[in-house]
Amino acid sequence: MTTVWPSLEPILPSVQKPARYIGCEDGAAAKPPDPSLVSWLMIYPDTYEIGLPNQGLQILYEIANELDDARADRAYAPWVDLEAEMRSTGLPLFSVEHHTPADEFDLLAFNLSAELTYTNLLNCVDLARVPVRTADRRPEHPLVIAGGHCTYNPEPLADFLDAVVLGDGEEVIAEITRVVGEWKATGRGDRTEVHLALSRLEGVYVPSLYESIYDGPALVATRPIRDDVPEIVEKRTVADLGDWPYPKNQLVPLTEVVHDRLSVEVFRGCTRGCRFCQAGMITRPVRERPADQVRTMVAKGLERSGYDEVSLTSLSTADFSGIDGVVKGITDDAADTGCGPVTVALPSLRVDAFGVKLATQLNQARRAGLTFAPEAGTWRMRQIINKLIREEDLYEAVDAAYEAGWQRVKLYFLTGLPSETDPDTLGIAELAKNCVALGKSKGRKASVTVSVGGFVPKPFTPFQWFGQNTSEELQRKINLLRDDTRRANGVNLKWHDPKATLAEGINSRGDRRIGRVIERVWRAGGTFQEWSEHFDIDRWTEAMAAEGLDIDWYVHRHRHEDEALPWDHLSAGLHKDFLWQDWMDALDEVGLPDCRWTPCYDCGACTGYGIEHRVASALPPAGGSQGTAQDLGTGGSVPVQLLGSKPGAGTTP
Amino acid sequence: MSAPRPTVVRFRYAELGKVRFISHRDLARLMERAFRQVKVPLAYSEGYRPRPRLSFGLALPTAASSDAEFFDVALDPAIAPHEPTEAEAAALATLIDDLPARLSAALPDGLSVTAAAPLEPGSVSLQQAITSCTWRIELLDVAVDDAVDRVRRIVAAPELPFERERKGKLSTSDVRPAVLDLEPLGPTGRGVELEAHLATKPTSLRPAELVRLLGDDVGIGRVHRTHQWMTIDDLRSEPLAAASVSPPEASNGPTLRLAS
Repeated sequence: MTTVWPSLEPILPSVQKPARYIGCEDGAAAKPPDPSLVSWLMIYPDTYEIGLPNQGLQILYEIANELDDARADRAYAPWVDLEAEMRSTGLPLFSVEHHTPADEFDLLAFNLSAELTYTNLLNCVDLARVPVRTADRRPEHPLVIAGGHCTYNPEPLADFLDAVVLGDGEEVIAEITRVVGEWKATGRGDRTEVHLALSRLEGVYVPSLYESIYDGPALVATRPIRDDVPEIVEKRTVADLGDWPYPKNQLVPLTEVVHDRLSVEVFRGCTRGCRFCQAGMITRPVRERPADQVRTMVAKGLERSGYDEVSLTSLSTADFSGIDGVVKGITDDAADTGCGPVTVALPSLRVDAFGVKLATQLNQARRAGLTFAPEAGTWRMRQIINKLIREEDLYEAVDAAYEAGWQRVKLYFLTGLPSETDPDTLGIAELAKNCVALGKSKGRKASVTVSVGGFVPKPFTPFQWFGQNTSEELQRKINLLRDDTRRANGVNLKWHDPKATLAEGINSRGDRRIGRVIERVWRAGGTFQEWSEHFDIDRWTEAMAAEGLDIDWYVHRHRHEDEALPWDHLSAGLHKDFLWQDWMDALDEVGLPDCRWTPCYDCGACTGYGIEHRVASALPPAGGSQGTAQDLGTGGSVPVQLLGSKPGAGTTP
Repeated sequence: MSAPRPTVVRFRYAELGKVRFISHRDLARLMERAFRQVKVPLAYSEGYRPRPRLSFGLALPTAASSDAEFFDVALDPAIAPHEPTEAEAAALATLIDDLPARLSAALPDGLSVTAAAPLEPGSVSLQQAITSCTWRIELLDVAVDDAVDRVRRIVAAPELPFERERKGKLSTSDVRPAVLDLEPLGPTGRGVELEAHLATKPTSLRPAELVRLLGDDVGIGRVHRTHQWMTIDDLRSEPLAAASVSPPEASNGPTLRLAS
């Protein structure tokens, strides 16, 4: 097996942060290259610092290396300085473990978490010396596949990917390995052969076996080109997170990365039902990890890694059944080992006093500040997005935060939401100013950082039909806020570049024709589009124009009910009529309760797959006000499967 | 009320192979994690965000390897009491003896702790104590004879004005006093190996700067630190001798000693 290390080593002293190319992490797989195994190269198409902590990639990396018939290495996008050296010296993309050239692997498997990494995917495939277009690949080339949240609309990448995985990858990775192993064993015949075999796996979509039919600019349908290929590809869902206690050996990098701490996923899925949130829609139902498993994973993980901080991850960790008990258990365990203080971090705090109480208990560094995400400035707007936080809830939370000693509060908002008016936008400033006043009334040097992002409608959400605001309109709204908060002492406004929001919008709901745009942007040098110093909207608008594609049509146009959407041949379980009804309810300012604690409204995510919520308690969380704005008097017929690990928990009232 | 001064232990370690590409900052975090992994509690600083008290000597440039790196760390008084009983003192001595092997096992390949010893109270910090370092520097794009000539010119120069940027300003100073000893050792596969003894105070010169002095056309290859030296009462010594250090590579070419 070849290694590029002897050629790479002399280059490394002259590049920025060379430690991102050496591997050597604790937890890295030691499984050496072996041609008899199906070899996976798991690639995160951004820098090492951004990609290494990705939990999805780490879980699959570990599972692949535990399989008898597979092995896996990792790769990340080389930064532009190393890329220039690689291109001038003919060095290919390589794995960080064994520095094996990428084209010696059977599969290049990309994690797609953000639309603006798409051009990096093309760049990595090209650096791997593999043709970027599927149609140009020969049998000896690796299969290029992708998973992750963005693959719920993989159409913009349809021409570049051999296969796409929808949903949880824990089970399907073994099935793909088996299929690819058989293809290898029979001498790697025509790629269509392996494409067909892959398309028979549940959750695997093979774009080249489908065609998109257009009528002018309009998409008519995307349908299989053969009878033996499924018309609809369903996502995969792991029924019980307790069966998958991964990563068991989280990677401990030698150099600083964005989330440099232990992470333990406490549940997957979220049924709060925020209408803008794609993650909450596509990962249903809620599957909690048993509390005792969480505690063991934390204790073992801290002991093994030497980390002094653990993050309990999920889409809304305060909603985990009995979260306060779990947190107490973790801090008790940490105290027993006697190795100094351990910090427990909750990535998303619920907007209420309970959330703050929890944060106080966590011994978090006070100076870091507390972050809340009300998402919208007025109650009307929050009803539309179904994030039912009352103004009082936020003030109670902020009050509790100042009371507990925090001086800095960070608030996250979206702008450009459906039917948003200027008073709604200005409501953001109003909330922030009131929070500062609250802090000052307590005699504190209160400061509130307001972070505003432009809203990008996502596939498989009730807002998938909504026409995104233009970047000019988003900038106008940001300017409104900027003017309104300019003289407000203590309010710091930050915003996401509306031009980047536009580029995300082009990709988010784009069809197959957008692939040519992505290729143009990449060929024009547009890599690392998530990095402001490398992002240039002109590359995107010029590419759209060159392809004769209309930005307004793709991004700013409201879709109508009977319109074919580019992802109609894929399924996240959610019924399209449920999503449409929820969209109509949104415009009527009608909220929808959390189905964990109220009867099922049949969105399709459970019923379609014969699965259920798996939670330790069917009761809404204690003190949770984010739930109390909903009618919770209707317990009893909630379709949940109780974990039953806690005595007394899980009985209905 | 001030707490009694905690026991401080000095460690020596080697940094070889791929890990030499990590930064000095990365190294501090790695060591901190290693102590937690071997479950040896450290003393923490006061304040909002307490940190273990680890202090390193002179930062090793990223991409340079070394057989002679050092750091001092204060142990938690729980395992290193201020006034230990005989049994506690014995237990602590055993713990310190065992630590190099235990830490090495917890650290990534290429990082190995080679010695540990408690520091005498009142010892000066590594940053203050180190006065010079010995390096092996690989010169690229230069023939052996040429390298020897260039080295000879440096050593013969009465002064060496050298321009460098500090805090955004260019300033020139004479770095000749920092060149204590230079000895070309002979050809490597790719260039010429040079042993350099360079002062760190009062005037300092880094390996990359020395190579610049040898000429803009000379490239820099492998850089390896073999020693860090303290000077106490005109006597040169290492901050902590290695219990077992890998022997220096045998030189395989013409040796020319050029004492200053």
